[in-house]
Formats: sequence, structure tokens, C-alpha cells
Amino acid sequence: MAEFGNPEVIEENVDILLIGGGMACCGTAFEIPRWAEGTDLKIKLVDKAAMDRSGAVAQGLSAINTYIGTEQDPADYARMVSNDLMGITRDDLAYDLGRHVDESVHLFEEWGLPIWKTDENGERHDGSKGMTPLKDGGKPVRSGKWQIMINGESYKWIVAEAAKKALGIDRIDERIFIVKLVNDKNDPSRIAGAVGFSTREDKVYVYKAKAILLAAGGCVNIFRPRSVGEGTGRAWYPVWNAGSTYSMAAEAGAELTLMENRFVPTRFKDGYGPVGAWFLLFKAKATNAFGEVYMDRNKEMLDDYPPYGQAAVPASCLRNHLMLKEMKEGRGPIYMDTVTALANLRETLSPREVKHLEAEAWEDFLDMCVGQCGIWVGENIEPEKKNSELMPTEPYLLGSHSGCCGIWVSGPTDVGAPNEETEAGVPEHLPSGWNWGYRGMTTINGLFTAGDGVGASGHKFSSGSHAEGRMCAKSMVKYCLDNKDFTPELDTPVEQLVEEIYKPVRTYLEHKDYTTAIDVNPNYITPKMLQFRLQKIMDEYVAGVATYYTTNAEMLKVAGEKLDMLKEDAEKMRAKDLHELLRAWENYHRILTAEAHMKHIEFRQESRYPGFYYRADKNFVDEENWKCFVNSVYDKNTKEWTCFKRAHVDLVDKSKLFK
Amino acid sequence: MPTFVRTEKCDGCKGQDRTACMYICPHDLMKLDKDGSETGHAMKSYNQEPEQCWECYSCVKICPQNAIECRHYADVVPLGGSVQPLRGTDSIMWTIKFRNGNMKRFKFPIRTTAEGSIDPYAGKPTADMSKIEENGFFNHNEQNGYREGDRSELIKL
Repeated sequence: MAEFGNPEVIEENVDILLIGGGMACCGTAFEIPRWAEGTDLKIKLVDKAAMDRSGAVAQGLSAINTYIGTEQDPADYARMVSNDLMGITRDDLAYDLGRHVDESVHLFEEWGLPIWKTDENGERHDGSKGMTPLKDGGKPVRSGKWQIMINGESYKWIVAEAAKKALGIDRIDERIFIVKLVNDKNDPSRIAGAVGFSTREDKVYVYKAKAILLAAGGCVNIFRPRSVGEGTGRAWYPVWNAGSTYSMAAEAGAELTLMENRFVPTRFKDGYGPVGAWFLLFKAKATNAFGEVYMDRNKEMLDDYPPYGQAAVPASCLRNHLMLKEMKEGRGPIYMDTVTALANLRETLSPREVKHLEAEAWEDFLDMCVGQCGIWVGENIEPEKKNSELMPTEPYLLGSHSGCCGIWVSGPTDVGAPNEETEAGVPEHLPSGWNWGYRGMTTINGLFTAGDGVGASGHKFSSGSHAEGRMCAKSMVKYCLDNKDFTPELDTPVEQLVEEIYKPVRTYLEHKDYTTAIDVNPNYITPKMLQFRLQKIMDEYVAGVATYYTTNAEMLKVAGEKLDMLKEDAEKMRAKDLHELLRAWENYHRILTAEAHMKHIEFRQESRYPGFYYRADKNFVDEENWKCFVNSVYDKNTKEWTCFKRAHVDLVDKSKLFK
Repeated sequence: MPTFVRTEKCDGCKGQDRTACMYICPHDLMKLDKDGSETGHAMKSYNQEPEQCWECYSCVKICPQNAIECRHYADVVPLGGSVQPLRGTDSIMWTIKFRNGNMKRFKFPIRTTAEGSIDPYAGKPTADMSKIEENGFFNHNEQNGYREGDRSELIKL
């Protein structure tokens, strides 16, 4: 009988393993059974939560941020992605996503997601009115060039229902947290399996697989958050995204890209409610304490960063850059002027439309960020009467929203992507060019990723992540059919893997009676305290909010020393129950992701993303030497990172943005 | 910004193995205190790590007894407000109470089809294996959403 500290070991052989249950894996789960029909391929999806409410869309969303529509070209989309991320993205990946993504959006509507529509008089209607679907030419409500508004409280619920039905419940395991990938015994450049544990029962799961899709989200809570009490959980991105995608891929030897990139969203203060609809739909302005619009006041600062500051929509980081000037020079707080915006709209609207407008403003939060309403009700803020503060958050690492860190993946072959590498210094075992095999495959054979996992693209959001998951479905089936005779063998004995996973439990059981206070014991560290230490190091030395996002080479060196000791101490994490074992492994993943972030910032000798972070000792954008990807590989045996450059190439003409 | 469970409403989902809130919480926060040893309230759920609560309201919305509410996070928000949903099958009702007593109510649609009614492959073609390496998806882009794009935009071709 399994008991705490003595888990039952369950071994399962599959062909294709899907790790994660968010938008990307839901896309794969929908697409893959059709391609696998008649092939005998065994498929399993493993989610650490429940698919109905897992991943970044768990709470819902008020908009789909990537919808191309008929009036725009995938090349326009690739251009926008590139400029927002300061010129260094993979056009092949963005373009490919741009041509596929609307297929998924149209499916969401077919499944029952209400999508707002504009009628022939230009009036907006919510998605329950049975108007012409997008697929047949219905007009969405654009809250920006690429965004469309939805009634999205049940967005994830709906997408998960389709995924679960397509794949079948018997091919889905929930509440299992995969914590390590395992390479092949005979070929370290190939994936062979993954291991994890149940968060509900004393069971360890060992999966052997030919192909694995690793799509477990981005990384939250490696920096000290602005709220450190109960409010710690009110992260902007979901607090359960623990960097598992990046760290597990790195330990398996996969090449990472642009891990120096981060996203520091400017959001409504404390609740982190979305600002997009306020800026774009309600036409509100953000001002300093004196009512001055900082984007106008500091406009000339955009000229310091040509050409990225000179597009019609300057890069996100530069918009932060202009706001931070106001804060640093003492002209805060920064406000969203909701009062003026709503008053202006009222002038042209009927009372019925005004009432609708008020509901729209509240729904924007209620669909995806109820916590912001919590702030408003507690502070008696009614947006038509009182302006709300804005604040740049703590940094986040992700590849699907307005960030582009992640894993280096093989792209499409029909868009003119390079087949050779022109930068020197790329380790010899890594591929040249941007397509070396199967679409969405990492540099480890058989290991695929999607959504937040795919680096150097960004702005795919919920819909793009779903479409990317579907693309991986095809290529994983093809990979398995091409590798029929391959039998994966784990490079580590199962007993050893079980010991590694349960080490925090062993540590706890061995030492728990040494002291009278369960949390204070020299023989172990709680996952919570370890996380505080990580957040303190990152915040104070690696450009967190404490230094207004500023660091330098010396600070990074100090951070490196402290992270080394933290990594050593991570071996002494304790787990007093399965819930704490979950936290222990999440934090292990966070540390490795944080280290990758630090190493990449150290390697890149410039400040590519002003407003997101500054290297005070290299406080410029150096187009000549650093308009390139910074990529890295990690050696799990020596625990050393190797960073190197890869050449950037434009596949679409970016000058069109500036005409 | 944690959720809390009302003692007089929670029935521990009538002694089933797992409660609805435990099932749904994306961050493994809700826990059933079977014997009352953790909370003094046997067979009722509680939030075991409130400072990790994202306030996503998944547990609030799914609770069959409407026993779960949010007390917005005490290190930031003044007391007295509340934001409470009632989620149905096609819409959600929100009751919003400000600290000063003002109230607002909103109702929004959440889906246009019956819950559980999705038939993912109904009326959809099977995959054409000869096209597995081509662009597009198994259903041959029948959703009318594949954007071919102007190839002349690709400057390296």
C-alpha cells in the first residue's frame, strides 16, 4: 500500500505525450486524433490541474488578442510582432501563425464562444445575439488592430470541452505534475520520456514516449511581486505558471532563445486589470499626476530608439520607458483618465448605449480579472467618477503574450527562412537554419513545444497558442510514423527518478523531529522561503521593481553567486505533504528559469528592451552588434549555461511600418 | 486576495472523494478537511494557501452550495466590498457591492450552445494523410479562416 514517502510507481508506454492542458495542448488534443486515426498511436495528455480551468485562460478572457481577419495579411502581423519586440523575432514563426490562427477562432465560435459583433449601423452587440458568425463574414468588434472582443468567462471551459471530447477522457490524466523530461539512453539528442507525480495520491508516474509536446506555460513569481502579503497571489499572469516549460526543456538539452526578454505590463495598479479596452475601445488616455499625457510629453524620447519608437504603435517596452520617466522624476501617480474618456463617449451616445457602455467596462474585468473589481469596490471607484492608477508590474517571462522568450523551434519551410547559420560560435551539435525537421520541434529530437514555449515570436495569445498546438499535432504524428522502429529507453533508472522526485519528502521525514518548530530547521528549507529568496535576488540584482528595472554587470555577477548557493539549497527543499511537493518542484523550475534569464541579460551587451530592463553599463540599443538572437543550452551534469548568438534575418519588409 | 468558505453553507460535497472546489482549483489550493483537524470544521473545504490565490473565482463559480466568496486581499484592499457571481449554463450574473454600500448588477452571456453539447468532429471531414506536411489542418480549412497571404510580401523567396 502506497503511503506518504513510499509512492506507488506507475509506468506507462505511449507514443505521444502532451504535457499541459492549456490552450496549446487543447489545440493538439482536438487536432491529433484525426491524424492518428488508423495508426495505432497511443496518446496521453497530462495536466497538473483540471482542464476546464487550467492554463492562462482559466479565469476567462474579455478579448481574443490575435485575429487576423480578411482585411490584413499574415505579413502585417509578422511586422507588428517584430516591431513590438524591438526587431528581433522569427518572421517564419509569426507569419505561419498568422495564416493559421483564424481557423481556431472560427472553431471557438462554432463551439459556443460568444463573440461581439458590429451591425450595419456600427453599433456593438454582445455575442449572444445570433448574428452572422465570423466564418460567414460577420464583423467582429475590434478593440485594436488585432484584437476582437468576446464574452469570454467560459472561454477555457468551452475549448476544454472540445479537447476532452476529441481526445477522450481515458487518454487524459489530471492532477499529475510532470517535473522532469528523460532523454534516450542510446541517443542523448532524443527525448524518451517524462516523469512526475500525482498531487492527490502517493503515486509517481513514468511515461515513455517517442514524441512529447511540452506546453506548460510561462513563468510567474521569479521576481518579488509588488504585493507581498495575501496579494502575492494576484500576479498579472497566472501564478501557477512556474517556468516548467523552460526549465524542463533546458535540462533535456533543448536550445533556448531570447531568455533575456521579459514582459512588464502596465496595468491597473494592484489588481492588474487589463488596459487594452480602455485605451483602444474607450479611447482613454494615461496621464501623470498633473493630467499631462506622458506619451505626448515625452514623445521625443521615442526618437532615441529608431526605428522601433517611430512606428504608429511604438514597441510596448518604449511606452513603459516614457511612463517610467514620469515616475522617476516624481510626477506620479500615473492615471488612466477613465472619467474624461467616458464623458466624451456619453456625448454621442443614447442613455441605452451609455448603460451598455458601463456594462462593457465592468465586463472587461469580470471576464478575466475579477480581482480588479475587488480593488474598485473596496476603494469605491466608479470609473465615470474617479480615475484609476496604473503601474508597471514585476517582470514576467513568457512567449505567447507580449514577450518572446522560450525554446528555439523548427519553423515552416515555404516562407524563405534561412538554411544556414552565419554567426560563429553556435555549438556544433545544434542545427543550422530555421527549419531542421518537424514544425514545432525543438533541437531535441521528438521534443515539441507550443504557446508560451515557442520563443522568438510572441503575440500569439490564446488563439495563436491553440493554433500552434494544432500544428504540433500534425508534426508529432508524422514524427512517430517516420520513427516507427524507435523504442525509447530512459537514460536514468526508474528507481533513481523516483528518488529524485520524492527527495523533498525524504528530507522532511528524515529531519522533521529535529526541532520543535516545523518550519525552522537547519536541515531543510521550505519551498515558500526558497521562493522568497529567489524573488529577493532577482528583484534587487536582476532588474526588478526595487531598482526601476535596472542592473549592470557587477550586479549580475553578485546575482550569479547568490543563485549558485540557492541552487545548492534547492536540494534541501522539504515537502511535508503532496501540496508542498508541488510547490517544491514549481520552485525548482523557477530557479532554473531565473538563472537562464540572468545569464542571457549578462551575455547581451546592450539594453534591447528599455522600459522592461536597463543595463546601466550598456544603456543603449546596439543595432550593429546585437540585432541578433541570444540563444543558450544548459548542461544538466555540469550545471553550466552556454550562451551564443544566432543571426537575425527579416523575411518580410519592415520598412512598411514607417511609411 | 483569497477565497473563503462559509461554514454554514459548505456540505463537503456530501462526502464524495473530492469536492467541486478541490477538483477545479488551478493552483491546488482548496482542501477538504475530513476530520476537522485543520480548521475545526469537519467535512468542509478551506483555502490552504490564501496568499497564493489568483482570485480566478473558479471555485466560487463551481460551488454547488454557493458557499465560496472572496474577501479581497487584506494587505491591499479596504474592507466592505464584495463581487459575487452566480454562473448559469448560458450566462453569469454578478452582484457588486461597494464599500460605501452602492450596488451594481450585471448579466453577461457565457456561451451560445448547451453545456456538454459540443460534438467536435460532427460534419467534419477526416484527415487526408497525404497532406500532413502541408499547411492547414485536418478539416481542410473548412472554417474559412486560413489566410493564404500575399506571397510577394515574403522578400527572401
